Amino acid sequence: MGSLSENLKTPMDYIQNTSADAAEMLKVIGASSVDDLFASIPPALRLSRPLDLPPALPEQELLAHLQQLAARNSTFDAGRCFLGAGAYTHYIPAVVDALASRGEFLSAYTPYQAEASQGTLQHIFEFQTMVCELTGLDVANASHYDGATALQEAVAMSLDHTGRKKVVLSGAVNPQYRMVVRSLFRPLDVQIVEVAQVRGATPVQTLKDAAEGAACLVVQNPNFLGGIEDLAAVAEAARAAGAVSVASVNPVALAVLRSPGECGCDIAVGEAQPLGIELGFGGPWCGFIAARKEFIREMPGRIVGETVDAEGKRGFVLTLQTREQHIRREKASSNICTNQALMALRATITLEALGPGGLRRMAELCVQRAHELAEKLARVPGVKLPNTGPFFHEFVAEVPHPPQTLARLLERGFLGGLALLPYFRDLRDHLLLCCTERNTSADVDAFVAALAESLK
Amino acid sequence: MKTIFEKSHPGRGTAYFPPPAPGEKPLSALLPAGALRAKPPGLPEVGELEIVRHFTELSHRTFSIDGNFYPLGSCTMKYNPRINEKVAALPGFARLHPFQPAETIQGVLSVMWHLERMLAEVAGMDAVSLQPAAGAQGELTGILVIRAHHLEQKQAQRTEILIPDSAHGTNPATATLSGCKTVSLKTNKRGGVDLDDLKAKLSERTAAMMITNPSTLGLFEEEIRQIAELVHGAGGFMYMDGANMNAIQGKARPGDFGIDVMHFNLHKTFSTPHGGGGPGSGPVACKKLFEPYLPVPRIVREGEKFLFDGQQPKTIGKVKSFWGNVGMHVRAYTYLRFHGPEGVRRNAEVAVLNANYLLSRVRKAYRVAYDRPCMHEFVLDGSPFLKKHGVRTLDIAKRLLDFNFHPPTIYFPLIVHEALMIEPTESETKETLDAFADALLKIAEEAKTDPEKVKTAPHTLPVKRLNEVKAAKEPIVRCSPCG
Repeated sequence: MGSLSENLKTPMDYIQNTSADAAEMLKVIGASSVDDLFASIPPALRLSRPLDLPPALPEQELLAHLQQLAARNSTFDAGRCFLGAGAYTHYIPAVVDALASRGEFLSAYTPYQAEASQGTLQHIFEFQTMVCELTGLDVANASHYDGATALQEAVAMSLDHTGRKKVVLSGAVNPQYRMVVRSLFRPLDVQIVEVAQVRGATPVQTLKDAAEGAACLVVQNPNFLGGIEDLAAVAEAARAAGAVSVASVNPVALAVLRSPGECGCDIAVGEAQPLGIELGFGGPWCGFIAARKEFIREMPGRIVGETVDAEGKRGFVLTLQTREQHIRREKASSNICTNQALMALRATITLEALGPGGLRRMAELCVQRAHELAEKLARVPGVKLPNTGPFFHEFVAEVPHPPQTLARLLERGFLGGLALLPYFRDLRDHLLLCCTERNTSADVDAFVAALAESLK
Repeated sequence: MKTIFEKSHPGRGTAYFPPPAPGEKPLSALLPAGALRAKPPGLPEVGELEIVRHFTELSHRTFSIDGNFYPLGSCTMKYNPRINEKVAALPGFARLHPFQPAETIQGVLSVMWHLERMLAEVAGMDAVSLQPAAGAQGELTGILVIRAHHLEQKQAQRTEILIPDSAHGTNPATATLSGCKTVSLKTNKRGGVDLDDLKAKLSERTAAMMITNPSTLGLFEEEIRQIAELVHGAGGFMYMDGANMNAIQGKARPGDFGIDVMHFNLHKTFSTPHGGGGPGSGPVACKKLFEPYLPVPRIVREGEKFLFDGQQPKTIGKVKSFWGNVGMHVRAYTYLRFHGPEGVRRNAEVAVLNANYLLSRVRKAYRVAYDRPCMHEFVLDGSPFLKKHGVRTLDIAKRLLDFNFHPPTIYFPLIVHEALMIEPTESETKETLDAFADALLKIAEEAKTDPEKVKTAPHTLPVKRLNEVKAAKEPIVRCSPCG
């Protein structure tokens, strides 16, 4: 294996130092070769061959290769996507990409040195503020990995808060979120009780019956099947049992729906993906966590706080760090280190650009189109809408042979919803359909016609 | 500067959506009144130009790799190539719905499958899961996988995780979250694991040892072979925190030196952008024995076709929704394909060269915590400045800001008093390293001649030293409401 000083000048890296630089540096170090610097790795443990990786590609070829791979994926015009199920197609204002791709935001790290990172700290502070405003709660953290892990952290907060070891989960919570909760609490001997959904809603009485001794009652609103839950009744049931009420919410719906805070919930979590974050095949996205004041010291992750500098001028810092793993170590109740700052930035720019009117209009159009679709589908022979409760922008439709129907819709260029059977054993012939502001009335009509044809 | 809420004026804003069409039903006709909120959320009302100026000004108040040398130890703040951003933004990757059918996502599944194979090769491991969202989640996934194996072997009593006292805080927090107990291991005089302490603490309760190699002291664990043999001999397994893989990629492989399960930080070693604190990505790599326990779904290849396989009866389940931070996988794949085997190895070599050069340049003015040739980073001990001149490491860090350098990681690892942990990465030129060394030497001099100047730094930034105690005592964590 050649030493670095011999082959430093090959182009396939971003290294700037030349072999002449390296030679000078080695002289200052007092080493004769770069390999000398690796002397602490016992020779028998060193790799004596090149890694078996594909050969380097210069940027021009690299881009062509990745373009070819990208071309092997099908993208759907936003208007032809009627699939949601926790991942939503929304319009992203052009200003979001333009600002969020600035190198200063992209290539900074966690704002450990506050004086050098006022930009990052302030945009996170604004994010926290808007999460509080949307959820109607007092405090929010700097963001979390995603909606599922944010929910898992809310459950952890409730276990800490109550000292109890039982969790009651509505069966209308996103199945992936429930699976994450089960996977991450299984090792901690936490009892998880699931209350099955009934006709697209959580039966509150059954939830109440299960609440005794529970650390938390967890529901989603709008729930996974699109239905609007009675959050106030859930919060009341939790309070009566001495449990914490946790709501997983959609931030776009919060423009128009009663907020968790207004309904008396203790903790709200959710996924900020609908706010300016590309679908990106499922990540990276951005979870959020908000809560009543009394939960602030149980909150996981980074929190930005306002303070003053030595001259009394306002500034921002990471605060309440005694909650976190780097201080509490084995006593920490979460091991999260970073947040999703760059994704939270996209959500922040989106919310600030849309403003209250824009966000409301986006939500209205979602409701409008979804109801338009439901109304028109109900008239298609062979399609039934089994649930009768209010819904936001998703609903369940019963059709014959969902996988076959979806395949036929795909042939016609539509992403036609999610077949629910793999997630709900009793929803055999059921599809979950979604509309957003990206679907025009013409798109809805075209989809209804395609579905009607697919059923023939 | 003002917050966006202080710039808000009722009635301002930009329209992005069509107004109500004639005949559009009002919301109150579609949803029950009881479901609707009484008062809209207090979001700011600002036009687009003010939004652009707001975030442009915020960006000017942010140190970054693009603007500054950023030698944050253990974080690997290397150059983030722009081709990675361009590729990740291609609609064929950025606009995919995670529930699209397999025949419409063959390209992205190919990227993920091949990235798994490449990471396995770099690690010397057999299988990889890309699902964990960040390093800390990778750790938890890895320990849960090991624990699942012990449980299956009827070894439920194995609940102790041995962790050196130099480890990241995420390691002991992970042990707790996996239902295990942390047993702390002492560091010996050379900065390695104290083998006698290890022997004394191994038992039939040992589940695993979590080791960071190279360690947070920037040192390769010279006795890693013996450590792994001891842990394996006691029936435990070796977990490696791969935070410092940048130093050894292509030079040595964890799978060859006794590691059973590990995680990568794609945002460190493979240069996906840190983004002001995320998103990260923390793939887990493991030996064959542990593959059945990895999170679902796995990506499998059948001939030329790639598929998700959720049917893994022994899996620990899911640690995040969908398939991981795929945008980061695409960037890491691009980065690895640009470098190839030689490029990957040279990154390690120059990272180590740059660190040793910087260490040599500052050694005469600073005490080195463990004075040996380092790997990709080294740790200085600032305590002599505190004793002699009342200047703390925090002051040195803040003074560096006046020289337009981001400070190193400070007060970590915990076992070094007044620690300064410096990782220059392979990206930097000799001139930048020299300028940074000169600044550190000048500050060492100032600590003697003008300590006040150091203790009151920074002097050149938009804000002076910020009061962290006040922030924690009287927490204000949101702006006051608009209007």
